[in-house]
Amino acid sequence: MSTAATSTGHPKISLKGVTKHFGPKQVLRGIDLDVQRGQSLVIIGGSGTGKSVMLKCILGLLHPDGGTIHIDGQDVTHLNGRDQEAVMSRMGMLFQGGALFDSLKVWENVAFGLIQGKGMPRDKARDIAMAKLAQVGLGADVGELSPAELSGGMQKRVGLARAIATDPEIIFFDEPTTGLDPIMGDVINDLIVKCVKELGATTMSITHDMASARKIADRVAMIYEGRIIWHGMAGDVDHSGNDHVDQFINGRAEGPIQMQIRKL
Amino acid sequence: MRWNFLALIGSVILQFFGAVGRLAMFTGKGLLHCVTPPFYPRILLRQMLQIGYYSLPVIGLTAFFTGAVLALQIYIGGARFNAESLVSSIVVLGITRELGPVIGGLMVAGRVSAAMAAEIGTMRVTEQIDALTTLSTNPFKYLVAPRLIAGATMLPLLVLVADVIGVFGGFVVGTEKLGFNVGIYLQNTIDFLHMDDVISGLVKASIFGFLISLMGCYHGFMSRGGAQGVGRATTNAVVSASIMILTANYIITELFFAQ
Repeated sequence: MSTAATSTGHPKISLKGVTKHFGPKQVLRGIDLDVQRGQSLVIIGGSGTGKSVMLKCILGLLHPDGGTIHIDGQDVTHLNGRDQEAVMSRMGMLFQGGALFDSLKVWENVAFGLIQGKGMPRDKARDIAMAKLAQVGLGADVGELSPAELSGGMQKRVGLARAIATDPEIIFFDEPTTGLDPIMGDVINDLIVKCVKELGATTMSITHDMASARKIADRVAMIYEGRIIWHGMAGDVDHSGNDHVDQFINGRAEGPIQMQIRKL
Repeated sequence: MRWNFLALIGSVILQFFGAVGRLAMFTGKGLLHCVTPPFYPRILLRQMLQIGYYSLPVIGLTAFFTGAVLALQIYIGGARFNAESLVSSIVVLGITRELGPVIGGLMVAGRVSAAMAAEIGTMRVTEQIDALTTLSTNPFKYLVAPRLIAGATMLPLLVLVADVIGVFGGFVVGTEKLGFNVGIYLQNTIDFLHMDDVISGLVKASIFGFLISLMGCYHGFMSRGGAQGVGRATTNAVVSASIMILTANYIITELFFAQ
């Protein structure tokens, strides 16, 4: 998976000096980050450090205040409407809570991007959806259920099937293992690695689960206070020489990162 | 202290204009997406069913009893001026011009805008609206436009039904309880029924339907912060839709239908 080949010369995703604030709160303070084609980048960092905001900026769900975002060399920073939809059609996203449409059946959820986004006939889209469900280990009977009838792990798997349904070039994972037991978490990790390998997609994941990060990452970047403070190969994360990274991956309360909690 | 007070006034005014601006932008965007493809006929049909068909029992019951009590009150009030004979004409006029659209609008506002705000609000806080965008589907086209169209087209039909049932309610009380002659009551009703009155009611209904859907969608879209946020959005949707209906009712009557 770690082929850092850049045949077109551009990184697949490139962020330069991206900033974003909400009211007085500066969330992103200048993010610089490149992801090469076919690479799997995992961004680690604590809660409230700007991971999700960064992801939403790349997806175009939020517009950054400053800086630029390029995908395949194309500036997508301030795209809207049709142009944004065109870029979106090359991306997939697995949301933290699954974000399945509860008014639709499971297979309609998986087929949504094919039917609404690409205008595929329902019958054909249904076949593809069932195949994608099988790919994440779910039978055709699950396809007829409504999302509310599924367990958390199954919802995540359906979310994954939906994210890969349109064979996207880039897939984003937002906390893919949060809220799952360790075994189901590992099942999801394996599925992510398998699906991404089969698609040859570039992926960007955010997580604070180190087990998950080690499993799915080629490269790891750590975000802290709205900046990327460390970026390197996944194998180097244990001897990064960065105190912040050490504290995070070992899960220590003492260190340079101080949680904002009041002393009793 | 003095400056704080001025700052307070300033921030209230800014917030007010901010809210007006957001609503105006939302309305404009919603209208634009009503007329530009792609369209979602399945969703539109489902919303029409939801707003139109499933509101029929509520509308029917309220219209019947409104017509009935109107007949009763006019009879009692009219007796003071020996004007009991006006019952049928006032019932038909009142129902078609005012009570049909307004009461129908308010009932549908309670039923539909609350449901819309709750549904869209939950979609917002569970990231389903973001998921729509990532699946190359514009949430305005998929969620807002079908609801606006369904609201503006279904409410006139509902009000037409309400008109008929309301007048029938008055007729039942007038002939069964107050002892009016069936033939004369019907004759008076038909004589006083003008197409203009019915049409003015239906035009109003269409605008009310649009406002109901708009408020449901707007507050749902803007909801933030979990279950509490969705609860607040639902309340705000019903309250603002009701106030807008009553305000718009006066303005429309004043501008177009008051001679």
